[in-house]
Amino acid sequence: MTFAIQFSIDVLSLGGAYALMALGLVIIYGILRLVNFAYGELIMVAGYSMYLTSGSGMPWIAMAVVAVAMAIVFGILTDYVAFRPVRAKSVTAVLITSFAFSNLLQNAALLFISPRPRNVPLPDIFSQTVNVAGVITPVRNLVTIAASVVLLAAVAFLMRKTTLGIAMRAAATNFTMARMLGVPANLIISSAFALSGFLAGVVGILWIGRIGTVVPGIGLEPLLVAFIATVIGGMRSLPGAVVGGFLLAFIDTTLNYTLSQDLLKFRDAFTFGLVILILLWRPEGLIKGPASGQRT
Amino acid sequence: MLEARNLSVNYGMIRAVREISFTIAKGELVSLLGANGAGKSTTLKCIAGALKAGGGSIMLDGRDITSASPEQVVRAGLATVPETRDVFPDLTVAENLMLGAYIHRRDRAGNRENLERVHHLFPRLAERGGQAAGTLSGGEQQMLVIARALMSRPAVLLLDEPSLGLAPAIVDRIFEMIETLKRTGLTILLVEQNVNQALAVADRAYVLRLGKIVTSGTADEVRAATDLTEHYLGG
Repeated sequence: MTFAIQFSIDVLSLGGAYALMALGLVIIYGILRLVNFAYGELIMVAGYSMYLTSGSGMPWIAMAVVAVAMAIVFGILTDYVAFRPVRAKSVTAVLITSFAFSNLLQNAALLFISPRPRNVPLPDIFSQTVNVAGVITPVRNLVTIAASVVLLAAVAFLMRKTTLGIAMRAAATNFTMARMLGVPANLIISSAFALSGFLAGVVGILWIGRIGTVVPGIGLEPLLVAFIATVIGGMRSLPGAVVGGFLLAFIDTTLNYTLSQDLLKFRDAFTFGLVILILLWRPEGLIKGPASGQRT
Repeated sequence: MLEARNLSVNYGMIRAVREISFTIAKGELVSLLGANGAGKSTTLKCIAGALKAGGGSIMLDGRDITSASPEQVVRAGLATVPETRDVFPDLTVAENLMLGAYIHRRDRAGNRENLERVHHLFPRLAERGGQAAGTLSGGEQQMLVIARALMSRPAVLLLDEPSLGLAPAIVDRIFEMIETLKRTGLTILLVEQNVNQALAVADRAYVLRLGKIVTSGTADEVRAATDLTEHYLGG
């Protein structure tokens, strides 16, 4: 019983973080049919923003709000710097500009801050543990679960009940038609980047909360995780991204528990092996996106 | 109301529409006829802002809308029903209609009134409000696309091949609706391959061939003046 609880908490907290990462990536992909390779750097931005404000004497929650706001600003900046100037031209161009922007941000962090890990302030609650039905678990994990439940519900509400969200879903299936109804293309794209930045910011704080430090390359793993989760779940489906995130966490956690110490080093190889099997079985991902869809 | 002057449109390297001119007066139903590839849909897409004009101008109610963005065109009072019958398949019928009223989203009372009018015109859509639009039949989807366009309260409606791929009985229904819309005073530009039915509802018509207007006049004149099959079979 305690094992089941332990296992569930691990899967849900890791899966919540993965699902939020994947959601932030798929929101952009759904609308633009373009992967934002500078997505991981938004997490880096949130981390360094926490580091830079740590000496200011602000309460922790204020620093967290600033960090999320910075991630949103850089998300929108990604659109203006890497996407908007070349969006109508070619897919390859955007692929390269988004890589370039990612590199630019990483190198800026290397140059102006440091290649070495920097401490990120964390509230005491992140290092405490709590007893849940006989299982000792870090409070951090419960915070992650709560945050992902709240955010996933908020995103679901936004996408289903608000005009902006419904317009974004419409734009994801047929951008030209949405524009012919008067939905402004730039507003929709900027909103998608802002939402993506917001998710990256929150997930960045939770992610960095596990390690306590930030380095310039911190965004690579979340980007990879988000990318794989969206591929498993179905590149164009928001629920798919969430399902993919939790499934990936389930696989990772199961392997953590079952692999012997020697094999644990190769956990990612096992994970990706399973991902390949899933894709052989379902090449379009678990959940298919909307039927039509032309790139704009 | 709507006027094109020497309008040219390029489709990639191909000049699909060559310096055509036409006018549509307020409340008129004008039909644009022609075979596949004559440039009808290209003309419509260009007016709607989905394609840039290669030359010439488009005026809507005295305003220049040449090469305006699709968003600007619908705000100027011109709604488009594309031939591809583009419902948003994973959105419900009600959500589709709501997006049709996007440019009036602050005017909730007006939208409710307009929605009632649209539901009165298309009772089927009222019944199926909560259903995903992708699960509707072809005819119902066509009704939804027209209804959605009406939700933007247009002064001019562009209809691209509303009868395409529909069963004859449904086609009759669609043409009945077009007549009803015309009686409400709406200005309509109708692109059709279904010549007889289009001429039956149209006040005037233009016949396009290889991107040029070859015949124009009242519906009766166009019917009498040309052997239409010739234009359709390319003879």
